[in-house]
Amino acid sequence: MLRLEARPIPSTLMGYAAPVIALLATVVFGSILFATLGKNPVAGLTVFFITPLETVRGLTEVGLKMVPLLLCALGLALCYRSNVWNIGAEGQLVVGGIVAGGVALLASPASIPGYFLLVLLAGMAGGMAWAAITAWLRDSFNANEILVSLMLSYVGGLLLLYLVNGPWKDPKGFNFPYSKTFDAVAMVPKLVPGTRLTWGIVIAFLALVVIWIFVARSKAGFRLQVAGHAPLAARFAGFSAREGIWMSLLICGALAGLAGALEVAGPLGQLTPQFSSGYGFAAIIVAWLGRLHPGGCVFAAFVMALIYIGGELSQSRLGLPAAITGVFQGMLLLSLLTADTFIHYRLRRV
Amino acid sequence: MLNARRSLFLGSMVAAAILVTGCGKEEPKPAAKAVGAPKTEPLKVAFAYVGPVGDGGWTFAHDTGRKEAEKEFGDRIKTSYVENVPESADAERVIRDMATQGNKLIFGTTFGYMEPMLKVATEFKDVKFEHATGYKTADNMRAYDVRAYEGAYVAGIIAGKMTKTNTLGFVASIPIPEVVRNINAYTLGAQSVNPKVKTKVVWVNKWFDPGKESEAATALINGGADVLLQNTDSSAVLQTAEKMGKLAFGWDSNMTAYGPKAHLASAIINWAPYYKKAIGEALKGSWKVETNWWGMKEGAIDVIAIGEMVPQDVKKMAEEKKAEIKEGKFNVWTGPLVGNDGKEVLAKDAKGDDKFIAGIMFYVRGVEGKVPSNK
Repeated sequence: MLRLEARPIPSTLMGYAAPVIALLATVVFGSILFATLGKNPVAGLTVFFITPLETVRGLTEVGLKMVPLLLCALGLALCYRSNVWNIGAEGQLVVGGIVAGGVALLASPASIPGYFLLVLLAGMAGGMAWAAITAWLRDSFNANEILVSLMLSYVGGLLLLYLVNGPWKDPKGFNFPYSKTFDAVAMVPKLVPGTRLTWGIVIAFLALVVIWIFVARSKAGFRLQVAGHAPLAARFAGFSAREGIWMSLLICGALAGLAGALEVAGPLGQLTPQFSSGYGFAAIIVAWLGRLHPGGCVFAAFVMALIYIGGELSQSRLGLPAAITGVFQGMLLLSLLTADTFIHYRLRRV
Repeated sequence: MLNARRSLFLGSMVAAAILVTGCGKEEPKPAAKAVGAPKTEPLKVAFAYVGPVGDGGWTFAHDTGRKEAEKEFGDRIKTSYVENVPESADAERVIRDMATQGNKLIFGTTFGYMEPMLKVATEFKDVKFEHATGYKTADNMRAYDVRAYEGAYVAGIIAGKMTKTNTLGFVASIPIPEVVRNINAYTLGAQSVNPKVKTKVVWVNKWFDPGKESEAATALINGGADVLLQNTDSSAVLQTAEKMGKLAFGWDSNMTAYGPKAHLASAIINWAPYYKKAIGEALKGSWKVETNWWGMKEGAIDVIAIGEMVPQDVKKMAEEKKAEIKEGKFNVWTGPLVGNDGKEVLAKDAKGDDKFIAGIMFYVRGVEGKVPSNK
């Protein structure tokens, strides 16, 4: 019989190494998977992890895909560090996109230059407002934020459907549920001309720096984490647990809303019924894979973006099924959770 | 132990080396074969699908068309596909990648790829783009669609005869004319044999979501509907009807296997003729921008696999109507056509032309409720 036994002191080093080990394990199991599917594992892994990065276009596409994942993961990591279990980044992203889209639809060629900044601010405000509902219900009624934020994600999705099917539908669009395309002044400028990569990636990295400083250096960031991990100690020190709930959710909402704004006013240029492709949920994996650390989130967002794109390429290049993307993500998360278990426990024969 | 491991390693190196040289030997030798006509590169054709090829419905039907085209043209073409491509910013990346990979003819099989495809089309002038169910075209991009409503009408005839509650159910996807048309055609077909028929509709706002499709079907059955049709991409509605002891149809593909007891017939789309035409034109160089809207006449729409439980006379009625549509003797959109608000849309004997059909955004009399957002 084997039994899991808690380790007296979990290794800090292994805590940081775990994501790398998980990635390596994914590569090994991925190779076995490719081999059983009758594909050359080297070719398979090349398509998955190298091909997307070989061209400028490929790199920019990975960057573009990273933006919403990174922004949402930064916000979620902050929430989880504060012990606030927000899993509704998807809804905050969607509502951010909606509000940003609403502002973008008002733009005309006569609008002021830099109008897109208003669009981005609107997105942040939208995401914050949506997250504020969760914060308020948790704060005032002690409602479970896991359920509330998740359910609000569906409400956000339905709100989007209502708008693109109703008041914001393009009147010339043959009744298809899409808004008009935004005017150019409302669009986030391109970072690399000729590609789809916008200044969004720069904004995401700026957000990263700000969050990093906030978590590691600021008093507010410290209070937030103490309130999360040791509510009693926090109360002794005069820190407010309420502040933690509000602040982490509002920051996460702003970041997720920004991600939504960058998506609709970036590569899309209009509101569509499914503009998100689930970034808010995928970012939960990113946050954990990144060890809830801002720097780790960059690594994790990069790996996740790569797996998404690599999965598509392995379909068109190798004829593999689409499920390969989900399988790789699953392997990665499972390996990480396994590694985490062994950091905190060891196997003992009884 | 170490030795064993090393020899295993060495062994695999040798194996790899053999593999590499072996592959080298299999390289085609152009000199040996270059007697006849010089062998031209095959035309690369790519398909972007919104669902999985195993959905048993919409995407499966497209993929069947792709395979048949491959059979027809053999090594003159090389096809590939990417499935599960969301109608988000991802679509543009996938379609652009197809173009960069040297595909010269690219099919996008869902409405949501229209804008992304347009963007890519302006960039790759030498690539031909084909967009299913949309309305925008460009110098190198054309639209194609099928008259699925013809199948829905014939299914309606069977449904009108088979219903005991005089209530039909329809699981609808996204409120665009294509889907509203099929709801109407299904209802009109049923009313042509049973004027008492009413149709209830539930919208799921997704093309492919078996869970939601199944929930909608359950809601319709609980609301009294006993014969269901769907304009979604999976077989979930039929499976739900089978479980709950009601009747239903297959849609897009032959779905008999998913619910043999419930399956009245399948209103199918056969994309093969169109894909063969389009690829043939691209090969010949006669491809030009046009809009193709094919129905039973062109062999793109059919109602097949009519179930054992359907009485012979009903089966005969369905077959006769199919023949009439094929010969162009019958138009589903023939007046008098009355909307469910009581207003006459088409006067007696007036026929709806393609422009009329493309803009149908109202329910006909007998369909309950309102088209979402159609104020």
